[in-house]
Amino acid sequence: MNYGEQTIRFLNKPRVVSGYSIVGPKEAAGPLDPYFHKRIRKDDFGQKSFEKAECKLHMSAISGAIIEAGLTPKDIDVNIGGDLLNQIITSSFSARELDVPFIGMYSACSTFGQALIVGASLIDGGYVSYAACSTSSHFSTAERQYRYPLELGTQMTPTSQWTVTGSGCTLLGKTGGKVFVESATIGKVIDFGISDANNMGAAMAPAAAKTVSQHLKDTGRSADYYDYIVTGDLGIYGSKLFLKLLESEGINAAGVHKDCGQMIFDKKQRCPQGGSGAGCSSVVFNSYFMHHLKVGAIKKMLLVPTGALLSKVSSLQGETIPGIANAISFEREEDV
Amino acid sequence: MLSRTEYVELDKKMAPKSKEWSTLVCAFLVGGFICCIGQAVSDVFKLCVPTASEKLTSQFTSTVMIFIGAFLTGIGIYDNIGKHAGAGSIIPITGFANSVVSPAMEFRSEGMVFGVMCKMFVIAGPIIVSGVTSSVGVGIVYWIIGLIK
Repeated sequence: MNYGEQTIRFLNKPRVVSGYSIVGPKEAAGPLDPYFHKRIRKDDFGQKSFEKAECKLHMSAISGAIIEAGLTPKDIDVNIGGDLLNQIITSSFSARELDVPFIGMYSACSTFGQALIVGASLIDGGYVSYAACSTSSHFSTAERQYRYPLELGTQMTPTSQWTVTGSGCTLLGKTGGKVFVESATIGKVIDFGISDANNMGAAMAPAAAKTVSQHLKDTGRSADYYDYIVTGDLGIYGSKLFLKLLESEGINAAGVHKDCGQMIFDKKQRCPQGGSGAGCSSVVFNSYFMHHLKVGAIKKMLLVPTGALLSKVSSLQGETIPGIANAISFEREEDV
Repeated sequence: MLSRTEYVELDKKMAPKSKEWSTLVCAFLVGGFICCIGQAVSDVFKLCVPTASEKLTSQFTSTVMIFIGAFLTGIGIYDNIGKHAGAGSIIPITGFANSVVSPAMEFRSEGMVFGVMCKMFVIAGPIIVSGVTSSVGVGIVYWIIGLIK
């Protein structure tokens, strides 16, 4: 890599042109409500199935970001999208409607990071002018794929997380705005032996810690170089483990760390460890953090979407859960 | 960084645990309340139909309880009871009804045959299989005891 062992430095500063977030009613009832661009009133979004609803969410996020940037779908060179459903049907079905060249992505809840890295690389290499990086998740579609029917009377375990209903899209471009993608660290798949599918924060924390420490090593930075180091969906408990793991590497990130899963819901909303899902990091980044980056309240941040690479088959066969995390560094160009 | 075994140990030590007492009390109270309703249904039936046999009464009670479980699932209430009650609402026969009706509702978007009919027993299936298998086992034991006598 051009910037150490696992890190890429984008030499031409791909710009963050715009961002858009759309969320479900539970997310809108949470503490980040003022920052979201659109809230849907019902989980089904007026569609016949929750899968169709998620697809509509995904499309709304992409078109929202395009409109926000004052562009039309014709200006977009590529849509890089992903989601949690089998064969990533949400992203590909929304791309079917959009009529824009499409690259499908999957790395569970860290898909957003992967999409941003590919988008920024395409722009940095001069191959495309605009790339729309989008991900989504929906509580009701994820629940039935990974867990139980919605109406089954089960209890959430204390370490479990609530899949975020929502979609976020970041539009990257050659020009536009002051915020740019500075560098990115591609994470390795790390498995520390956690096998409980309801304890994904613990399964992903080692991957996040390794990626962050590698990023800091590659760039020669300390944790407080960034205003915030933002993990995707480790949740409350996963974040504790993440900070402990970093501490064992001699990195103290407690002062600058935030977690999207932890931020999106508050304690009263009965989501034991917070939110999760491919939409979690993308809606929080494109709402709260996008706003603060644009107004200049945050000047440097490291976004680290985290993913648990399990499937229902792998957990039934007793496999442990591998985790992945990619880190993307955003910076704001100072006024000269 | 910590080793894999050290990490698994750390997770065991640090992971938040279920609140045992409050969940036990909730399960006991709700489970007990459901059983009381069952008893009441049975008593009322006996009162109305004094000539009914014990077998008919228990069959009638089960049917009514299954209906209640299925109905509450259909109108989206049973899962909310389950969130608080846990095993208290899973173990009684109403929980069985919930485990059949909820996947049937969930998968209706995949069509009548491959959705509703196929998926109806994804959760209740194992209960039926283990019930039938163990009843065969118990039957064999009874048969052997009969032979010895």
